[in-house]
Amino acid sequence: MIQYIIRRLILVVVLMWVVSMVTFAIFFLIPSATGTSPAVLFAGKAPTPDTIAAVEVKFGLKDSIPVQYGHFVEGIFVGRHFDNGADKSYCPPPCLGFSFVNNQPVWEEIVSDLPVTLSLAAGASIMWLVTGTAVGVLSALKRRTIFDRAAMGLALAGVSLPIYFTGLVLLDLISYKWGILPNVHYVGITDNPLSWARNLLLPWIALTFLYAALYARLTRAGMLETMGEDYIRTARAKGLTERRVITRHALRAALTPIVTIFGLDLGQLLGGAILTEYTFGLIGVGHLSIDAISRQDLPVIMGVTLFAAFFIVFANLVVDVLYAFVDPRVRYS
Amino acid sequence: MRRTSLVRYGTVATAMALLVAGCGSSSSGGGNQGGGEKPKPAQNVFNAGTTGIRNASDHKGGTLNFIADGDCDYWDPARTYYGFCWDMQRLFSRGLMAYNAAPGDSGLNAVPDLATEAGTSPNGKDWTYHLKSGIKFEDGSPVTSKNIKYGIERVFAQSVINGGPTYVITFLCPGPINTSGGCDAYKGPYADKDPNHLGLSTIDTPDDNTIVFHLNKVVGDWNYIMALPASTPVPIAYDQSPKGGAHYTDHPYSTGPYKFDTYTAGKSLTLVRNAMWNQGNDPFRKALPDKIVFTVDANDDDIDQRILTNIADVNISGTGVQPTAQAKILSNPTLKARADNPVTGATRYLAIESKVAPFDNVHCRRAVQYAVSKVDWQTARGGPIGGGQVATSMLNPTVKGFVQFDAYPDDNGNGDIAKAKDELKQCGKPNGFTTHLASQNSGKGTRVATAVQAALKRVGINCIIDLGNAATYYSQFIGAPAVNRAKGRGLLVAGWGADWPTGYGFFSSLIDGRKILPQGNSNYSETNDPKINDMIDQAVAATDPNKAAQIWGEVDKQLMTEDATLVPMTWDKALVINSQNVTNAYIMLSLLGIYDFQALGHV
Repeated sequence: MIQYIIRRLILVVVLMWVVSMVTFAIFFLIPSATGTSPAVLFAGKAPTPDTIAAVEVKFGLKDSIPVQYGHFVEGIFVGRHFDNGADKSYCPPPCLGFSFVNNQPVWEEIVSDLPVTLSLAAGASIMWLVTGTAVGVLSALKRRTIFDRAAMGLALAGVSLPIYFTGLVLLDLISYKWGILPNVHYVGITDNPLSWARNLLLPWIALTFLYAALYARLTRAGMLETMGEDYIRTARAKGLTERRVITRHALRAALTPIVTIFGLDLGQLLGGAILTEYTFGLIGVGHLSIDAISRQDLPVIMGVTLFAAFFIVFANLVVDVLYAFVDPRVRYS
Repeated sequence: MRRTSLVRYGTVATAMALLVAGCGSSSSGGGNQGGGEKPKPAQNVFNAGTTGIRNASDHKGGTLNFIADGDCDYWDPARTYYGFCWDMQRLFSRGLMAYNAAPGDSGLNAVPDLATEAGTSPNGKDWTYHLKSGIKFEDGSPVTSKNIKYGIERVFAQSVINGGPTYVITFLCPGPINTSGGCDAYKGPYADKDPNHLGLSTIDTPDDNTIVFHLNKVVGDWNYIMALPASTPVPIAYDQSPKGGAHYTDHPYSTGPYKFDTYTAGKSLTLVRNAMWNQGNDPFRKALPDKIVFTVDANDDDIDQRILTNIADVNISGTGVQPTAQAKILSNPTLKARADNPVTGATRYLAIESKVAPFDNVHCRRAVQYAVSKVDWQTARGGPIGGGQVATSMLNPTVKGFVQFDAYPDDNGNGDIAKAKDELKQCGKPNGFTTHLASQNSGKGTRVATAVQAALKRVGINCIIDLGNAATYYSQFIGAPAVNRAKGRGLLVAGWGADWPTGYGFFSSLIDGRKILPQGNSNYSETNDPKINDMIDQAVAATDPNKAAQIWGEVDKQLMTEDATLVPMTWDKALVINSQNVTNAYIMLSLLGIYDFQALGHV
């Protein structure tokens, strides 16, 4: 098991290395291929050649691409000093680059926006996992009843309706019209946990509606399949209670695909829930990336991409390890 | 040009603050008239805030909640270039001069703020200001003329303090301005040889209350340039510490009624009262609310909803409500009576590159003037309320000297096809021709380009649309004349607003033939009419601001009728509304048609 995890970790590192090279190449090679220096984007509204030159020196944009990449990777581990004499900036490790627009390390920007995204993802994922699997199990057990059909119908709607629709409907009714949860805005969990949860409730519900639907359908299908398996019949024959049969034997097997997809969804969400954040006016990592794109803030775009990629790759690793615990048939050696 | 929120449009005309060279005048161009007039309270009707004061009140106290879809570019007075941020600066920054706090034309005047009176000059080059006594920074230390000098010096350090207007570099550089508009002779206070960091030789501070500028040219509008945020004093020791320089934007030292309490970049700012500010020596600031909280909200529709439900009070970006809220406001008489629809300072236009055939022939240019449909353009930009008003001349109604006239009368902005065809014949292209049309690839850029393409097609002018990236559209895509020529781009979609509301601020880098730059050019049409160049010199040299304004009006006429190189399409407008908690609201024409934030109060 340990060996397996180590092997996978090495793979994670290799994968991240490849992702970093590709993003670096895209974001720095393409502007230079089209003849625009990234320095121009940094240098303000009316950059004089002097300013552009100063920026190029400061960020080492004159170096060859491989050298620049080397500095970039080095920065992630030991930090970087940007210096052109008059203007000095320090980017502490992990230095993912320096924002053109905000003139601060990309990592700081991500970290300052991360609490919003983390809160959004953590709360929503717990909500959708619980409701999704619960509804799925119930639907499977009460197959072809009104509950089953209603739940699956609702699930279909949830999967089909985009977040900006459900989000806006929720906002319009609950926030603006009825005034139940007015003024949705982010409050830090350490500042006021109650206010934190209250303010994030609407985005959580919107995300839950979207994601839980899929989980309910998957759980239902998985449950129906495993409930027909021989070992379930055996379990029943051995005299186990129905409750134990369902929770210990059927659900556990049905959970495998859920874990897979949960890891991917969560990883993706941590990289930034762009539409959700925009709909509810939250300033998280998703907003950061969109903002960076509209301002052509290349280092931030690159930093967020790497960051999101890391979460997805890491989530996959966690999922694979979790298999061993969830599904007794899986053993790593 | 000043920018409205970049985030909102993603595309906004970020024409650059182009350095201006070569201008002459004497005596005060800014003028100090208008300071004493008392604006009338306004009835609660549509557009009342553009001419009078809504909910006039002197009630102090309460918290005003400001909201916008993005943070300021910078809070550092020397670096900010967004219009609404200049307006925000009025809450905590005081410069030598400031725009008069009044609705309507009176708000276009520059009045003394820290200065005892508007600057005076015997020759238009040497300008003297005296400071009021008892001015203090938020920490209680006194403000002297050296702090103002230092604040202006900072702009010279472009590798650290960049982003803002650079007029002071152009006019105060002790040596020649280099080909790229920079100053090699002085590189700012961080690289200063003077131990006190006050090495700029063109500014004298004979005593703590006097500052004298020695410009390298005659600049009649100097009082207006001193009304830009960069004339705000800066504490020298603090700025030289690690908290200053590039980080000064995180906490600029206040000289106004409010100071920074907490600030989280990109998210929120809280301003609280500055105990060191003395209302007695401030010409106009009201300082009504106890506290101002500014929050960034990414969702524009949500912002509108918050204002309409009184959760937030003022959308400070000033870019106007979204279409959903616009429909709601216009269809509801109560809401409409609370709303204003000001012109916001920018002229949207089509530049005709006069060096690209066949536009080297004036008749082909006039054909375009007649053939375009300004109404379709207006629709593409968001209609008469949210988009803009059909423009008949280049000068914007928010500029002193604006005269309404129409050199190319057409069918209510729909174009005059017969006259356009006639001009095409005179140009020797009776069947039309093909040219390239440059526009931005996001926001309204594509829609506007398509509208122009369709309108010109009616007379046989075919446009191939070239789309450029919004972030570098003005600086790189259309700002290099050689590229436009090489690619045959005859028509360039552009927008422009003045950095300060005079003809000089508006026109100087737009049509002065001596300012066509190889890079970062703003004279996109390469207009070089000796007559216009001459009139520009006359206007700048005019001793009387009203005379200057009149000449600028004539420059506009000459440009439209004889050169026909720029096609004015619309003057930007925005539909704006505040919450019901807001008192004392009026539109400042000199600040891009945004409410005067320093005057606002809470019921």
